[in-house]
Amino acid sequence: MAAPAVEVRDASKTYGALRALDGVSLAVEEGEFFALLGPNGAGKTTLISALGGLVRPDAGTLRVMGRDVAAEYQDARRLLGIVPQEVVFDPFFTVRETLELQAGYFGLRGNRPWIDELLERLALAPKADANMRSLSGGMKRRVMVAQALVHRPPVIVLDEPTAGVDVELRQTLWQFVRELNAAGHTILLTTHYLEEAQNLCARIAMMKAGRIVALDSTQRLLDAFSERVLRVKLEGGELPPALAAGSAVDAAGWHRIPVESAAEVESALARLREAGIRVSHLEVAEPELEEVFVKIMARQEMPARVAAPAARARPAGREEAA
Amino acid sequence: MTRGFPTLLRKEVMRFWKVSFQTVAAPVLSALLFLVIFSHALSRHVEAYPGVGYAQFLVPGLAMMSMLQNAFANSSSSLIQSKITGNVVFILLAPLTPGDLFAAYLLAAVARAVLVGACVILAVAWLVPLPMPNLFWLVAFGFTGAGILGALGIIAGIWAEKFDQLAAFQNFLVMPLTFLAGVFYSIESLPPFWQAASHLNPFFYAIDGFRYAFFGRADVSPWASLAIASGTFCALSWLTLHLLRSGYKLRH
Repeated sequence: MAAPAVEVRDASKTYGALRALDGVSLAVEEGEFFALLGPNGAGKTTLISALGGLVRPDAGTLRVMGRDVAAEYQDARRLLGIVPQEVVFDPFFTVRETLELQAGYFGLRGNRPWIDELLERLALAPKADANMRSLSGGMKRRVMVAQALVHRPPVIVLDEPTAGVDVELRQTLWQFVRELNAAGHTILLTTHYLEEAQNLCARIAMMKAGRIVALDSTQRLLDAFSERVLRVKLEGGELPPALAAGSAVDAAGWHRIPVESAAEVESALARLREAGIRVSHLEVAEPELEEVFVKIMARQEMPARVAAPAARARPAGREEAA
Repeated sequence: MTRGFPTLLRKEVMRFWKVSFQTVAAPVLSALLFLVIFSHALSRHVEAYPGVGYAQFLVPGLAMMSMLQNAFANSSSSLIQSKITGNVVFILLAPLTPGDLFAAYLLAAVARAVLVGACVILAVAWLVPLPMPNLFWLVAFGFTGAGILGALGIIAGIWAEKFDQLAAFQNFLVMPLTFLAGVFYSIESLPPFWQAASHLNPFFYAIDGFRYAFFGRADVSPWASLAIASGTFCALSWLTLHLLRSGYKLRH
């Protein structure tokens, strides 16, 4: 069997008292569209940086397409394209120069057609000869995406690529990344827009305090932690007992009735009609990754290992906040 | 060297060339001002070597001093700017080796130094008549001197985390060592203590040897100067490569 596109085994990294990575293990198969989610400070960026060799882990191994990122760093970096989270640029150069230089660092010459295509696909062509300084934040970010792709890496890592990018360009970017994925590129994505992750990624890992706290297919996570619900507001009266069991009502008067399928929605509405109860408002809410995320982040308040002082301090802080 | 090295070198050269008014023209102007002011103020009082006028004596030292300072400025400022603006990640994410980084930053620093040095000498050639220099010594000391400061600039650029730390390195180490390296005087004219102190300054040998290329005489044998300057260059290069390999302050 081919090596995974990304393979992390027991990676740990400590900064002083902070455990940025605490025994992280993870495998992303070739061709996957994979999301790495977690709150700020969970260790996502540290993990990505370790893949790119920007961070040296204290322990553990990381491989890109089977190549060790430390021992075989040249091969590993050729196979990997990272879009860093922070918007950074070199103010000395134009957009085209920036891309040609980046290609050159990888030993590539004469790949102008691909650079032209990148400029076109990322809507940068009109700015190709503009200095990086004159670009808007969203454009600079797209140049960074182009820089990460300039050597056509089979594994592409996007660290919050859509932060600060407007809706239209976000669509353009995802369209392009979907095509790259369809063409066989492995995509590893971090984002705070959980809808994006839900729509794009087939598998998801969630990180918290330097550890992986959930790792499964998007569908199974949704099934396990979120549900489809029928939400109704009544003109008067109460829910019939058959529906009231398992339902909940909020302060605004919305009744929340779990339903598994469209047929159950229909039968629930039939029951209301039979009981002579009129419904003033109605909506069906689909399972949401946001709900999954909130539930997973809320559980396991106490870290299993309480070795580092930071790990001891954190739960105590939470108790005070609660 | 990997195939990425020529691009990194080209980028480093483009970086200073795009602002050459500031990186080449300005230091040449400074050197000319030093020459005009010092040669005017001191020409009647100082005779460094018999038969060599003070203005003549001053030119090679000033040229070399400009070369040393600009070699340092080039590699150090490029690195610290990349680190502070964050764009150093694009180089760190590429499959470049520590040797690639070292050679590219060093050679770009030497290129700027040579350009500045050549411009200083050509600019004063019509003000001050200079003998035809010995090309061997000229090249040997020009490259070694620029190399020492280029490597030192890489070290400073890696070490410094803020511009003021780099400025401290420049103002408290590089500037005193270049100014006290016998640019403006022959160290034979100094009291014994300061003569001995000057012999501990590696920049002195680069300047003294560079001057030998023009006048065929110097305070120290040019072979000894070359040995000490080359030894310094090798030691600093080793240290620079060691820092780059270890990822010190670059890969966290």
